[in-house]
Amino acid sequence: MTSLFARTRLLESKIDEYLNHTSEVGLLFRETVKNFLDGRLEEFEERRGKVCDLENHADELRREVERQLYIETLIPESRGDVLGLLEQTDDVINHVKLALMQVSVENPDIPAELGEGYLELADYGSRAVQELVMGVRAFFRNTAAVPDYVHKVAFWEKEADKVAEKLKRRIFQMEIDLSHKIQLGNFVMHIDSVADQAEDVSERLSISTIKRSI
Amino acid sequence: MILLFLSSGLFLGWSLGANDAANVFGTAVATRMVRFRTAAITSGFFVIIGAVLAGGGTTRTLGQLGSVNAMAGAFMVALAAALAVLWMTRVGLPVSVSQAIVGGIIGWNLFTGSATGVDSLLKIVSTWVICPLLSAVFAAGLFVLARAVTVRSRIHLLAEDALTRAALVAVGAFGAFSLGANNIGNVMGVFVSAIPASSVHLFGFLHVSSDQQLFALGGIAIAIGIFTYSHRVMMTVGKGLFRLTPVTALVVILSESLVLFLFASESLEAWLISHGLPSIPLVPVSSSQAVIGAVVGIALVKGGRNLDARLFRRIAGGWVATPVIAGLVAFFGLFFLQNVFDLPVHRPVTYELSEVAIEQLRERALDDEGLLELRGVAFGTGRELSRALKEKTSLSMIDREKVVEFACKERYVVTQKRIEALDLRLLTIRQVRALQELSGREFDYRWELESALAAEDDQWAMLPDTRDNHLANKKLLADLRQLLDAFRTPDTDD
Repeated sequence: MTSLFARTRLLESKIDEYLNHTSEVGLLFRETVKNFLDGRLEEFEERRGKVCDLENHADELRREVERQLYIETLIPESRGDVLGLLEQTDDVINHVKLALMQVSVENPDIPAELGEGYLELADYGSRAVQELVMGVRAFFRNTAAVPDYVHKVAFWEKEADKVAEKLKRRIFQMEIDLSHKIQLGNFVMHIDSVADQAEDVSERLSISTIKRSI
Repeated sequence: MILLFLSSGLFLGWSLGANDAANVFGTAVATRMVRFRTAAITSGFFVIIGAVLAGGGTTRTLGQLGSVNAMAGAFMVALAAALAVLWMTRVGLPVSVSQAIVGGIIGWNLFTGSATGVDSLLKIVSTWVICPLLSAVFAAGLFVLARAVTVRSRIHLLAEDALTRAALVAVGAFGAFSLGANNIGNVMGVFVSAIPASSVHLFGFLHVSSDQQLFALGGIAIAIGIFTYSHRVMMTVGKGLFRLTPVTALVVILSESLVLFLFASESLEAWLISHGLPSIPLVPVSSSQAVIGAVVGIALVKGGRNLDARLFRRIAGGWVATPVIAGLVAFFGLFFLQNVFDLPVHRPVTYELSEVAIEQLRERALDDEGLLELRGVAFGTGRELSRALKEKTSLSMIDREKVVEFACKERYVVTQKRIEALDLRLLTIRQVRALQELSGREFDYRWELESALAAEDDQWAMLPDTRDNHLANKKLLADLRQLLDAFRTPDTDD
């Protein structure tokens, strides 16, 4: 019995570590975008590398947790929900990694007047990820608090959508090449996708929480 | 031969193990919170322990309902109950072995013309209503508590899972113990009056009474039922009837176990009495009813959603049908055994009000002119006497029942050899001395023997029926039953 509790604690710490990584990736997202907008490309690449490392480690942790949950037949009633949540949260990290990779590969020329808008977009995405991580943590310990976090994720996602739309309109009103406009528009989509993905996970989180309370 | 007759009781025990153990561990196993092997070993072990150590209380209540006093009769009663349970299980309804056995005993009473203990019957039937109600109340309370604790403690889902698993095994063990203690009376109770008392000593110091030997045998039958067949029923109970989360499953099991324990524990009864609290009748109750009650209790707390009223009505219908079916099967089965196989399904007992008996009744404030008209008339069955009493006297139903018990004529012969065969260590020195004084004497009535003993020494006298004396009187009745079984002639041969 003692070993059961010890194993449980180990697994709890792995899930916590996984969520710490997700949160850190969310925070790094804003800072990395800022580095690029400020033209500090060396720091940008360094931070992007950190995001890739965190993504790899988070993948390993998620696989370990999944394996252990199955092998030890833990939380049989909520296992499907927990695994789904962890996998979808991993998609958030992937979206951050993908967006930064696109920036790194394309190295777009961002007009100075748009910089603030991009940073705002990345900031809202980052906030959505932070609230999501808090929500997932609450799912494990305090389900009553989950709706609050879900609500906040939805709020930041909507804010991000507003900024994204505004940015796109400005881009396409600018006197630049169409190809440049499309590239800048795609860049907006990539950054905005982080908040969108966070909202998708939060919706699943909401349903899983209702299931747990029945 | 005894084992052959006991086989129906063992069959009933097996089906109890297959069905009722599923009530204890069903949800835990079906939700994969507890492995079947762990569940089977835990419940098998604790059922036997509960049956042997605490099975006496409920058995006495069944004994008062009707003393099935011949092996073939007991065989048929247990068989009828087992068949009723089997049939209901096949129909897919959670049944009550308790109700089946009560139906069987009443069938025996009707067939043999024995009087049914109305007081005891009322006590049992009232628990069929109280048991699910009490279980629902417990479950509702525990559910609210569990919900508050999980919300306030902010325990991690994984830690909650580990704790729930540990609690399910612990509560399941308690449930199995309570099941053994409460329901062994159903399985072996009818054989208690039919089998001659003979206790044994294991390893020179461990005293095992004849009842305990029977209970151990019944407990083993239940355990075999658990190992061989309960897995399937567990999956049905756990998944088919109602789907619960692990924590609510724990609440259901705990409520059921508490109810079974309340209705079985002699120590709890003693504690309640010693603290001036109202005691609970020791009656075999149904674990299925307790489980259904608990689930309904939780459903109501949640606002009554998910509650399938049609299924609930069907289950309640099964609760009425079970005793009726068991009673009918017992009645016709006994007819068959007696007339086709020529087996004695009951020990014939004569009921006769002698001069002395009427005198004694008068002293006990049971006085009626009509009694004199029945003086010296022998009746073949208790029911015939009861009918005659109804015609000739103005006694109430309860009083008529007392007179019938009083008029029951059986021969008791006290010999030195029979005294020596008794387990005298349970008696005081003065009680043993009083017994020795009676050596060589014979009695026609149970109360004659009891009065003679009381006259020899007041340690054999029943104390006034007050709360404080309840337990002492209960012990005295158990001792007297041992004596009556040992001295009864001709069942006990020298």
